[in-house]
Amino acid sequence: MKPLKSIHSRFVPLPIENVDTDQVIPARFLKATTREGFGKNLFRDWRYVDNDESKPKPDFVLNQQQYSGEILVAGKNFGCGSSREHAAWALQDYGFKAVVSSFFADIFRNNALNNGVLPVKVSDAFLAELFTLGNEASLTIDVAAQTITIDATGTQEVFDINRYKKTCLLNGYDDIDYLISHKAQIEAFETQLQS
Amino acid sequence: MAKTLFDKIWDKHVVQQVEEGPSVLYIDKHFIHEVTSPQAFAGIEKRGLTVFRPQQVVATADHNVPTLNQHLPIKDELSRLQVQQLIENCKKHHIELYGLGHPFQGIVHVIGPELGITQPGMTIVCGDSHTSTHGAFGSIAFGIGTSEVEMVFASQCLLQNKPKLMRITIDGELQPGVVSKDIILYIIAQITASGATGYFVEYAGSAIRALSMEARMTICNMSIEMGARGGMIAPDQTTFDYIKGRQFAPGLARWDKKLAEWKELYSDADAVFDKEIRINAADIQPMITYGTNPGLGIAINGKIPVTDHITDEGERNNITKALTYMGLESGKALLGMPVQHVFIGSCTNSRIEDLRQVASLVKGRKKNPNVQVMIVPGSQQVSRQVQAEGLDKVFREAGFEIRQAGCSACLGMNEDKIPAGEYCISTSNRNFEGRQGAGARTLLASPLTAAAAAITGVVTDVRELPAVS
Repeated sequence: MKPLKSIHSRFVPLPIENVDTDQVIPARFLKATTREGFGKNLFRDWRYVDNDESKPKPDFVLNQQQYSGEILVAGKNFGCGSSREHAAWALQDYGFKAVVSSFFADIFRNNALNNGVLPVKVSDAFLAELFTLGNEASLTIDVAAQTITIDATGTQEVFDINRYKKTCLLNGYDDIDYLISHKAQIEAFETQLQS
Repeated sequence: MAKTLFDKIWDKHVVQQVEEGPSVLYIDKHFIHEVTSPQAFAGIEKRGLTVFRPQQVVATADHNVPTLNQHLPIKDELSRLQVQQLIENCKKHHIELYGLGHPFQGIVHVIGPELGITQPGMTIVCGDSHTSTHGAFGSIAFGIGTSEVEMVFASQCLLQNKPKLMRITIDGELQPGVVSKDIILYIIAQITASGATGYFVEYAGSAIRALSMEARMTICNMSIEMGARGGMIAPDQTTFDYIKGRQFAPGLARWDKKLAEWKELYSDADAVFDKEIRINAADIQPMITYGTNPGLGIAINGKIPVTDHITDEGERNNITKALTYMGLESGKALLGMPVQHVFIGSCTNSRIEDLRQVASLVKGRKKNPNVQVMIVPGSQQVSRQVQAEGLDKVFREAGFEIRQAGCSACLGMNEDKIPAGEYCISTSNRNFEGRQGAGARTLLASPLTAAAAAITGVVTDVRELPAVS
């Protein structure tokens, strides 16, 4: 995993609540056996008419050229439903490094963190303010300081992340590195469990 | 100190507590399937690792498999490659695979319990959010992503933060025509699709105790649909009777020792939960959903909410968007509305009891000619039981089509899809946009309500269905 220290970028607003992972990446695209290439199918059925790439839906934000950036800002309960990690892979492959919402579904949050995509949980008021900003607005997310800032106004919130995960993100470590370094302890635990 | 059922199991499985971080949680059983495992196998191989405890992993092919002609090569190339990859990975890593053609093949959350692999007190994971199903046996069971599948392959452990605990107590007696699917759809409608996010749920109360194991599985299965990572029910005599004698259940030599352990698995009388919800079983009607998340449900004889009366702007926008997708009107009833498809299947409702309920209702009747009805048993074992009991004859005489085991039209990864714009009453677990096929419109309901609609061709209150003449 690549280290993630900070993000400074414009953002893509998606003011829809309960975005489930079936919308992020529909099931028919889960047949791949590698992690790459899911970005082109991100939000596939919201993005195109009749699954046809030559017919983008003009009212969907990913089809609006004035919006771009490495940050997706979405309504509350983002990532609910299916546990498919392909949702995190699709967001990452498309170019998002962080998702900002006022509430994340548990499995999605873990999947995102395990891929170095940062879920940033903000207050309802902060989220509402983000949705009022224009397409030129930019944000700064500082992982070490655990802050998200609206650059133009300096409005800032602190977000939560446990110290272990923060260390992982800043250094590019993942859970498997940690777990395999504790194999002896796991084996000792198994012996005790069987006794 | 008083402990909850969850605490008792969790505490016993913590290998290590990371400072200001998660716990290293030991996993007893790991189920895998073809869709969420290939990248995890590739991941450990890239690191030069092998599967740490292959004897604790069980594999099946269920998500993308066809439900017709399973003896033939899979036509869809990508599905075929994915299933082939599972076969190769399991062989290479010495993992038991119940693949296509195997007598134990089926939906992962159906076969684990029916084979006696799922047992009380275990920690169980699978790269599928409906792993919560196994909690019906008093185990900690939850869905994980593919990176986590890789972690369990590598170490038989996961790094997990302990969730908050919620208890939902349902006391009293259910009304006739109300089954466990209605209980869980009612709960989700009450607390919303995100109402239990961050929690693990224990279901308790006399109405839960009175349910069979299969009915309990339906409830725990849909815990994820209110955001809960998992749901669980304390094991009791119903649980022990269900497990005894199954293929991989503890044998006679170990049975008494295991039983004594299992009988300790309950929440102590003074155990404290972070949140408690109480429900009167008599308040629950047969349920049906009208929207595009499982929380948007109403009593079968109720009305869709009037969107203008919803004060929260976010919720109003949500429901308006859902009704537009569903082609339904604010404030209207669903009773009497024509449906074109009925799907009876999925890890929620494809077990033998579900199919017996359906058969008892349709026996001696014919389906409405305007409806296509597909029954997909949850496993090969369920299929054989259906035949042994002659239920297949009842279904065929009614004009229902019976398929082979798999996830099928629950998520439409294979050919079993609902056409755009058409309505399907489905016993599955998700009514998300496009879930059963691009543009498909899903109404979630119980097997009884689905069967009633198959007969009448319209949304029907099963309690009002006239007796067979």
